[in-house]
Amino acid sequence: MRRRLTQLFIITCALGLSGCASTQWELEPWVKPYERSNLADPIMSMSRNPIALAYIKHVFESREGARGADGAAGGGCGCN
Amino acid sequence: MPMVRREAAVAVTKRVILIALLICHSGGAAVLPQDRSDVMYHRYEGDGVSIDGPSILLRKKVHNKVSLSANYYVDTVSGASIDVRATASPYQEERKETTLGADFLHNKTLMSVSYTNSSENDFEANSVYVGVSQDFFGDLTTLSLSYAKGWDEVGKTGDPDFAEQADRQKFGLGITQVATKNLILGFSVENISDQGYLNNPYRSIRFLDANSERGFRFVTEKYPDTRTSNAVSLNAHYYLPYRAALYAEGRWYTDTWGIDAMNIKLGYIHTFGDDWVLEGFVRHYSQEKADFYQDLFTRENEFNFMARDKELSSFSGLTAGLSLAYEWQFSPDALVKKSSVHLEWDHMRFEYDNFRDVTANAPVGEEPLFGFNANVIRAFVSVWY
Repeated sequence: MRRRLTQLFIITCALGLSGCASTQWELEPWVKPYERSNLADPIMSMSRNPIALAYIKHVFESREGARGADGAAGGGCGCN
Repeated sequence: MPMVRREAAVAVTKRVILIALLICHSGGAAVLPQDRSDVMYHRYEGDGVSIDGPSILLRKKVHNKVSLSANYYVDTVSGASIDVRATASPYQEERKETTLGADFLHNKTLMSVSYTNSSENDFEANSVYVGVSQDFFGDLTTLSLSYAKGWDEVGKTGDPDFAEQADRQKFGLGITQVATKNLILGFSVENISDQGYLNNPYRSIRFLDANSERGFRFVTEKYPDTRTSNAVSLNAHYYLPYRAALYAEGRWYTDTWGIDAMNIKLGYIHTFGDDWVLEGFVRHYSQEKADFYQDLFTRENEFNFMARDKELSSFSGLTAGLSLAYEWQFSPDALVKKSSVHLEWDHMRFEYDNFRDVTANAPVGEEPLFGFNANVIRAFVSVWY
């Protein structure tokens, strides 16, 4: 499991870095601001109800050994 | 005797840090979170324990550059979980938690700070959180970095001389990427390290004792005084053409105690007209036990570190959830711009692979494996202004 986690992390970092590199030199933003109405819909928000989300994550963390990287972090879509 | 209050001892600090993180990031990067207030009643029932209470969240902008937030949360715990039923009596206790936060917007950078205090009669947790989020690449990519530090003071009811401490810190990195006009992808990684008294002072291991009436006895657990964990998660949200959404989340976890875990969640959100939102999801979790966990030890001091916390055993959990919300939209010029009521219900099932129910009448070490169901509800009202 630990090995699989490390492999996943390396692959994800490599993809991320290659994405940054290519965006800096080659790519243009491919979703224009006027095309983001669907993304701006509240049902697309990962934490549209923060008070309930914090609570249910607490419920899981109290009963599970794992912690962190639970999807709470992260931004929006630059929609507003 | 208050035993399972330590059931969430570590989780209290994790929640303290999590609350700060959620409150500071509820609105996304490069825009301040919307002004809103939420009032929630929450209730958990399972394994002989009831936990309920209110939670109130307030958020208000100041001069369009700063957003202030405050959260007040109460847990009232009563009953007796399997750990308590095995060694002690039911109890009742209360935990109160307060978070104060501020977000600062400068161009496309959002900076967040918060302070949280969690207080019980035998446990005090304080933490601070700082985070920064930056939009770039035409606002398609959001990079978030965070750091949180927590300080715990651990006591023990009935032992006024018992006073221990633990320090915790967390580093987080998150990336959100707009992939298409209907798809958002997210990646996050977090490193958490703890140092100090990480035991649960009320939890016990059991070991064989031929002189005991039951053939075994209990003694307080012994944990290492450091723990470092790493977790990586990926998620995707996809917008469907009839105003609905599909989402998937996966997380992989490992730590220096030997726990490896993974969970995956799949969900669907459906709207009826402009006002009704229905959501359903399933979530599966599984973990491998800590290196020093055993259900039954052969003698009292068999190893340097010994645990029988069921949260450190090998087990799996399956959760199914449903929620329904009704929303009212008002004029953008009105004092209240939007309001909603929500009812959310989750049903959980946990199955333990090497944690036995010692309350059962069976030979030592041959008791049935433990498992339990739980129901969780959240009912809340939200107002945007």
